[in-house]
Amino acid sequence: MTDRALPATRYIEPTARYVDPMWSLVRLLILFLVAGVVLIPILSTALGGLKTIGELRTNPFGLPHEWLWDNYITVASRERVWQMLGNSLNIGLFTVALTLAVGAPAAFAFAHLKFYGEQLLFNYLILGLTFPFATAILPLFLKIRDLNLLDTHWGIIIPQVAFGMASSVLLMRNAFRQIPDEVVEAALVDGASYARIFRSIILPLSLPILSTVAIISFVTSWNNYLLPLVVLNSPGNYPWPLGLMEFHSLYTTDWPSILCYITLTIMPAIFVFLIAQRYIVAGLTAGAVKA
Amino acid sequence: MMAVAAQSLPYISSRRGLRGWKTAAIFTAPALILFTLFIVWPVIEAGSTSVYNWNGLGAPRAEKFLGLGNFQQLLGNKTFVRALGNTGLILASSLLIQLPLALGIAQLVARRRWGSVAFRLIFFMPFILADVAAGLIFRFVFDGDVGLVTQLSMLFGGGEIHLLSDKNLAITTILFVATWKYFGFHMMLYVAGMQAIDRSLYEAASIDGANAWQQFWHVTLPGIASTIRLSVFFAILGCLQFFDLVVPLTGGGPLNSSHTIVSFLYYFGIARMRVGYGNAVGVTLFILCVIVALGYRRWIMRND
Repeated sequence: MTDRALPATRYIEPTARYVDPMWSLVRLLILFLVAGVVLIPILSTALGGLKTIGELRTNPFGLPHEWLWDNYITVASRERVWQMLGNSLNIGLFTVALTLAVGAPAAFAFAHLKFYGEQLLFNYLILGLTFPFATAILPLFLKIRDLNLLDTHWGIIIPQVAFGMASSVLLMRNAFRQIPDEVVEAALVDGASYARIFRSIILPLSLPILSTVAIISFVTSWNNYLLPLVVLNSPGNYPWPLGLMEFHSLYTTDWPSILCYITLTIMPAIFVFLIAQRYIVAGLTAGAVKA
Repeated sequence: MMAVAAQSLPYISSRRGLRGWKTAAIFTAPALILFTLFIVWPVIEAGSTSVYNWNGLGAPRAEKFLGLGNFQQLLGNKTFVRALGNTGLILASSLLIQLPLALGIAQLVARRRWGSVAFRLIFFMPFILADVAAGLIFRFVFDGDVGLVTQLSMLFGGGEIHLLSDKNLAITTILFVATWKYFGFHMMLYVAGMQAIDRSLYEAASIDGANAWQQFWHVTLPGIASTIRLSVFFAILGCLQFFDLVVPLTGGGPLNSSHTIVSFLYYFGIARMRVGYGNAVGVTLFILCVIVALGYRRWIMRND
């Protein structure tokens, strides 16, 4: 086990990686420790919803003595909860649809068409990657007001799509470029229109990147807070993050109910994440890696 | 066949030129118009109205022209200066604590070893939660009455701990939550970068007698350098715009001690409908982001 002996053993069998058992133990210790710090707040939130406020004080980490499912049932039977999740779903789906409908054709044009000003227009759009959304928010609010879209879902969807446009077009253009120009040329020679090429060749070959962009824009929309906060007034239109904040301000010290509410509203995200984790991780990190 | 194709080529390309231009216009117009109307134009308006005292009703009036008055007022405002400082703190903690932590953890879970995949998922999970939900979870964890931290302290004979309502500790607590929420994202980027490194480099290094530390330093780090530069870039831009976690955790309090640039913009510009003043904050943020982005691209990411 001396240092001098190690290279020798490796030299004999270079493919077998030597792992110090002590180091394996340290690795696991660190990982379990960090995993604890990550998971305990989430788990005790979910479990806290099953306790009384008194038990929260005496038994913060353990399982509830008595599982008070009534807490969850009371919160879940509030129509508002479902209405807000529905609102978020509605806003998210329209954001995805509009992002793809507007972004994909533009990405195709930037990837496969040669036209005057191509580079300039592309750079102009890409400028949006570094724009802080908060700078635009006040004038955007006034614009939305002038368009009579205040307190509507479109007042959130349209700016969200516009703000995500730079990264969506960039991601899709880079992917569309992987399809060789010759394929497009050949189809043109065969008399296909650009619209036809886009629909019948590019889109079917690009499902992975389309779903990546869809995932990014949906998750961003689902979690968006600042824009709905500024645009919406009536609680009936709130997406769930606003609803959650409202619920918290109404029931400030009723922690079991608040914890139930948090758990119910984050459960869809965690559930979907666990089912589709490969796609979600790939999608959310692709946005950063390929930008 | 070849001859026919060659003959028709000029015809195709000229036709393609015109048709291509028209198609390009139709295909790109919606995206460009949306982007211009709802992002670029508002940003320009933010700039042009930041020199007025304006409440957003009607057009800004000439007699309410302040020049750089809004900016002067901002820099004289203790809360804003504190918000700038807090944003700097968030940035520093992200670069000095969060990213190194992410890198270290990535090193532990990048290879196929026991539990690697499961741990990666666990660490990434906070990233998919909305900031508001994460913020409220930690509002509970740090609650002075029922919170986990207080309970833990009492378990060891201490008293109640009110981290979020302590004006010296509130921002530190926010930093902790930000690390909790975002380190998994950067870890995932590094894992992807590490997995792309050619395994034979490690074998060569170990044949040459490099120990684990030397391999990390001389193979892994150079291998993921471009990933790190990118993750730093995203971290900086993200930190400058830090907002969502502040609202559920402290709302900028206590005594306005935990504001960031954007939460200041929200509470003092938007909520009070001081449009010109708020836009001055927005413009300050914009300038910071653009300087960082351009400078970073120019000097640090020039080879990527």
